[in-house]
Amino acid sequence: MTPIDRLDATFAALADPTRRAILARLALGEASVGELAEPFAMSQPAISKHLKVLERAGLVSRGQDAQRRPRRIEGKPLAEAVGWLENYRRVWEGNFQRLDALLDELKSAKNRGRSKR
Amino acid sequence: MPIPLTVTTPSDLEVEITRVFEAPRRMVFDAFTKPELVKRWLLGPPGWSMPVCEIDLKVGGKFRYEWRNQDGRSMGMGGIFRELAAPGRIVHTELFDEDWTGGETKVTTIFTEKAGKTTVAMTVLYASREARDGAMGTGMTRGMEDSYARLDEMFAAKT
Repeated sequence: MTPIDRLDATFAALADPTRRAILARLALGEASVGELAEPFAMSQPAISKHLKVLERAGLVSRGQDAQRRPRRIEGKPLAEAVGWLENYRRVWEGNFQRLDALLDELKSAKNRGRSKR
Repeated sequence: MPIPLTVTTPSDLEVEITRVFEAPRRMVFDAFTKPELVKRWLLGPPGWSMPVCEIDLKVGGKFRYEWRNQDGRSMGMGGIFRELAAPGRIVHTELFDEDWTGGETKVTTIFTEKAGKTTVAMTVLYASREARDGAMGTGMTRGMEDSYARLDEMFAAKT
């Protein structure tokens, strides 16, 4: 996957409230499919389907224990996604800081015009 | 210290960006609508310029923006003004040439003045929730907020 494809997969995976809740649960520590299904009014196959999407996006991986097959959260794609969001924010901050400077210039031009009169 | 920018999600389909400017409303409105002024600040990341900025400021009028960077890459966007009430309110549609917002978006910009300062609130309405979440990554922020709140609790419990 290219970085952009991975970003798309990350955001697509995160666009669902159940999957976000699963990640929030995994942020507390690894859990089996059964443990993950518990708080949701959902069957294990339904949860497994969501987990597959999260795994494909690289957000979730499987732990060592072959019996429980616990899932755990992976930080890197999230960090990349946060970086992307941060970029977006920085673009607008940059735009608006330039606008601040422009407005200062317009204000002083207006004041100069006024004092001449 | 830069003035803070707030990004919120008033509904499933919207994102609102709010920012205060130290200038009267008429001046800020002009800076958003006069091409010679828009060109000087609406530039995006460092290294980009805005060689094309055409604005026909009337209801039904079109606007067209094009950006270029040092490597010769370019980006374009256009739209139509749907409502105009200078200097307080603009409603327009917009669409990037590359359409990374999953269809046209409708943008409502409201300018309010208080004690010589102007608050600009820009609400972007997306075609679908997926489009909004994809374009803004807000699904992620919400998910992350939950995770971070829990992490905060964990850290608080440990200390």
